[in-house]
Amino acid sequence: MAGAAASALVRPALAQGRAKVVVVGGGFGGATCARALRRAGLDVTLVEAEATYMACPFSNAVIAGLRGLEELRFGYGALRREGVAVVHQAAVAVEVESRRVVLADGAGVPYDRLVLAPGIDLRFDALPGYDARGAETLPHAWKAGAQTELLRRQLDAMEDGGTVVVSVPANPYRCPPGPYERASLIAHYLKTRKPRSKLILLDSKDSFSKQRLFQAAWASLYPGLLEHVPLSAGGAVTAVDAAERTLSTDFGDHRASVANVIPPQQAGRIARVAGVSDRSGWCPIDPVTFESRLRPGIHVIGDAAIGGAIPKSAFAANAEAKVCAEAVAGLLRDEAPAAPKLINTCYSLVAPDYGISIAGVYRPAGDLFADVEGAGGTSPLDAPLSVRALEARYAEDWFRIITADVFG
Amino acid sequence: MSAAHFVLAALAVAAPSMAGAAAPPGASSCAGCHSEAGRPNVAIPPIHGQPAAEIIAAMRAYRAGERPASVMDRIAKGFSDEEIQAIAAWISAQR
Repeated sequence: MAGAAASALVRPALAQGRAKVVVVGGGFGGATCARALRRAGLDVTLVEAEATYMACPFSNAVIAGLRGLEELRFGYGALRREGVAVVHQAAVAVEVESRRVVLADGAGVPYDRLVLAPGIDLRFDALPGYDARGAETLPHAWKAGAQTELLRRQLDAMEDGGTVVVSVPANPYRCPPGPYERASLIAHYLKTRKPRSKLILLDSKDSFSKQRLFQAAWASLYPGLLEHVPLSAGGAVTAVDAAERTLSTDFGDHRASVANVIPPQQAGRIARVAGVSDRSGWCPIDPVTFESRLRPGIHVIGDAAIGGAIPKSAFAANAEAKVCAEAVAGLLRDEAPAAPKLINTCYSLVAPDYGISIAGVYRPAGDLFADVEGAGGTSPLDAPLSVRALEARYAEDWFRIITADVFG
Repeated sequence: MSAAHFVLAALAVAAPSMAGAAAPPGASSCAGCHSEAGRPNVAIPPIHGQPAAEIIAAMRAYRAGERPASVMDRIAKGFSDEEIQAIAAWISAQR
């Protein structure tokens, strides 16, 4: 306490006029941004309803029984020690005119600039028969936590010989390769624990991230066990019946022993309340500053933003957060930020020792990010198993390193 | 003085003042995989604080497909010589 008071006293001039930035959302994007803004010398408040954060990367490994859920939990102690004011309340409104974020208890937090990193909300109005109550029977498990555990328990309880059905929404949604990694790791679980079972992957798309790599791996690791049904073969789920565990498509019904419904998504609620999302449910931004195209003074990063070529991933959110923090700090000094470049790297596990990756480099182009031509792409299709094992190792290293960068 | 020596000399002068400078395009993304704190027991090598000339040489070799890689060959192709030099100077000045 004495130390904190002393350090406050040695910076009276800064404290007097120091600009205030509020960050809403303490995930990979928000926590990274809050920390970077604080390191830039700003007065930063992070508003996050939950006391701890449960990471989504590697939650598919939890579902498959390869990792404990608690290994995905991270706290905000390091951010506090660096001087970020962390407030564990829901942000319920944004008063744009008076520049205040309203908290659940009615208090207002003033800001000079606001960063929203609210992640996603599941849309419980988009798939007939699927709402918050239906998700208690047919888990989405697309936000890590209780839903992850629910799906894992359902798989544990399933008899050998059962049918697992996973449904995948149309683009855009959080973590483009995530459903295919999940199907792979559930298939691994079934192959090793319940080999008479089957997995059907009902897909609202005909093409997907790392497709050829996934399909080649499925053919070699899970033949006859994992069946991918693309849009053109009737994969789009049009309705669900939670009580009957039945998923309907235009081509027929699928009765499941365990069903994982990944529904359509949209930007987290506070983005919609603040008026920074458009009719698509996502948030248009200036890709140089991440400032909203709809509400000046409010920046949107991570899954909630419309990123164009850059995917909705934890890696991208972390990279966007750092660029956004520099832009916000610059704008508060009346400096025009330079055009950034961003990198994304994303690993998927097809089996515990079989990893594949996709990478990209992105530049601002109009209101979106575009791929830098000639860069990026996936792991080679013909790589030996030693390369797959190395990429599985890199996936684990990546998770340890990025979570330390954000929360450590 | 060769071009390489010139770059090194320029970096040696520039580096000390760059630790708190704005990250050049692409540079702040690196810490998503490469630990700034140099964590033990990870296969992904630390790069922050390493000599800029080594980072430049590695990035050029990755870009040319002359150095074994998993993702760095795909990433290096997204950057020009000038961008690589700026990134290397900044990364080298961190920590």
